[in-house]
Amino acid sequence: MSTEAPEAPAPEEPRRGSLHSGKGRMADPIFKWAVAACGTIVLVILALMVIRTTSEAWPVFVKEGFFGFLFGQEWTTGNSRTEITGTYGAWPFIYGTLVTSTIAIVIALPLAIMVAFYITHLAPRRLAKPLSYTVELLAAVPSVIFGLWGLHWFLPNVLRPFFEVLESVLGWFFLFEGPIRGVGYLSAGIVLAIMILPIMTAIIREVIAVHPIDQRMAAYALGSTRWEVMRKVVLPASFSGIVAAAMLGLGRALGETIAVLMLIGGSQSWGASLFGTGSSMASHIAATFGEAGPEARTGLMAIGVALFLVTMIVNILARVIVWRLGRMTGDAAV
Amino acid sequence: MSVSNTASARGTESGRGIAPDTVRYNREVPGLGDPVFDIVDLSIHYGTNKAVRDVNMKVGPRQITAMIGPSGCGKSTVLRTLNRMNDLIPGARVEGRVTYHGEDLYAPDVDPIEVRRRIGMVFQKPNPFPKSIYDNIAYGPRINGMRGNMDDLVEETLTKAALWDEVKDKLKESAFALSGGQQQRLCIARTIAVNPEVILMDEPCSALDPIATLKIEDLMYELAAEYTIVIVTHNMQQAARVSDRTAFFTASVDDDNERYGSLVEFDETAKIFSKPADQRTEDYISGRFG
Repeated sequence: MSTEAPEAPAPEEPRRGSLHSGKGRMADPIFKWAVAACGTIVLVILALMVIRTTSEAWPVFVKEGFFGFLFGQEWTTGNSRTEITGTYGAWPFIYGTLVTSTIAIVIALPLAIMVAFYITHLAPRRLAKPLSYTVELLAAVPSVIFGLWGLHWFLPNVLRPFFEVLESVLGWFFLFEGPIRGVGYLSAGIVLAIMILPIMTAIIREVIAVHPIDQRMAAYALGSTRWEVMRKVVLPASFSGIVAAAMLGLGRALGETIAVLMLIGGSQSWGASLFGTGSSMASHIAATFGEAGPEARTGLMAIGVALFLVTMIVNILARVIVWRLGRMTGDAAV
Repeated sequence: MSVSNTASARGTESGRGIAPDTVRYNREVPGLGDPVFDIVDLSIHYGTNKAVRDVNMKVGPRQITAMIGPSGCGKSTVLRTLNRMNDLIPGARVEGRVTYHGEDLYAPDVDPIEVRRRIGMVFQKPNPFPKSIYDNIAYGPRINGMRGNMDDLVEETLTKAALWDEVKDKLKESAFALSGGQQQRLCIARTIAVNPEVILMDEPCSALDPIATLKIEDLMYELAAEYTIVIVTHNMQQAARVSDRTAFFTASVDDDNERYGSLVEFDETAKIFSKPADQRTEDYISGRFG
């Protein structure tokens, strides 16, 4: 190439016009404010909900005390229009929510990880796609369908025989003490597990699909089995994503109403045995809200506040876990 | 070493071939002895494509065997058949025989996990695990159920990989904090931590700068006293500098217009770079092709 600079072309006549047309001057600020407004609306709605439910529930908290409400064992509603005459202890419902959600997550998490790993790494390509679509389709099934199916088919045909075996083997252990009623914490928890499986599988699948192949190859080249590659290489690297999936699943399990209502048995007591019946916070609200008078309604509002609190605490805990363990394992996503 | 001198003379003639710094290591070429690998009529299929055809070569113990050739010549594919990494690629199929100390690597009762433990591999891009330096080394011994003092093993391994002095004060730090060259030496250390007999290297320096590259080459040369090394490289100077024997592969197109790779020539490196038997080898190493 010649080193001489080519003759510079004649400068083009610059475009002349007003520098004050105003289009750009207005569009950006308008867009910015519109977006900011949308963001604010979310916060406002949340604040309104918290304020409204808390203020409606206030008389119950005043009478029972905050911890008296959370850990009280007895729930008897009164019929007064002006004051709180009943006893409001929400523990049986809080317990029901925590126990069913724990069962759900304990069952669903390992299953979701296995399914996701199978879909991403092991299934033949022809099978992987349909399988992952099917799993996602499961997420679209309305929860009332899960409730109906659980109550009328799954419970008598699968769960009950399974419970009977469980009781005969582990009946000495307080969690599996009879009698078996069919409906109860364990039935609700297992159906919840099936309900939260798809969303968790979908997220975990996304997370482990982006796991760099060269790290898996390194592990295989050191003589790892597939199990070791999954357990020691893929899972630790995908840890934060898996916790995020568990959080979403747990969020859904904590708040799930109708399927739990149909399967948990609906009693207002609580007991340690997983075969026992009870109520969750959401299911109790749904079951009694229709016929509730003003006083009972105040009590249900208080349960709503408690549910909101439990959900928030669980989420915060999960974030703390992700943050702390993420720092330890050097997870890049944290 | 007369070979290298000839090679460098060629380099100055063509202006593009072998650089004059070829004389780096001076040693006798070890004999093939009892070959570690014996590759007989090896062909590798990917789906319906017969990607590599009719390779015959031997890999001798405790020496460096280089595989060179243009892109698509199948050298990396052949390398991956030596520790059955090809098994992990869907649709890959091997025809012919690859024996390891006389034992058929692809016999039905051979456990690929055990094969890979004895025949380690270092990859093109440094690929440490997102763990501490210590845990990177300890991974292999742990999964293989090693008992004994892990601290000693980590120190010994890192010393062998010429990395100990650089990292001894930060063993608990993430491996990602190391430079590219250090990461690659860590990967080599991770490989030797499970005490393999063979180390396969798939273009181990292609992501590294020249200084890091020379350090790896020094390391390879030292490791060759104890391990059998097979290296795939794009870099002819590298092959000339470090290897004892060289296999030259080429890419061709058959009558059905299908591309495939095959072995052209396999000989002592000195011979390949000074008086190759095949015109294609001569063209390639002198820079007229590829």
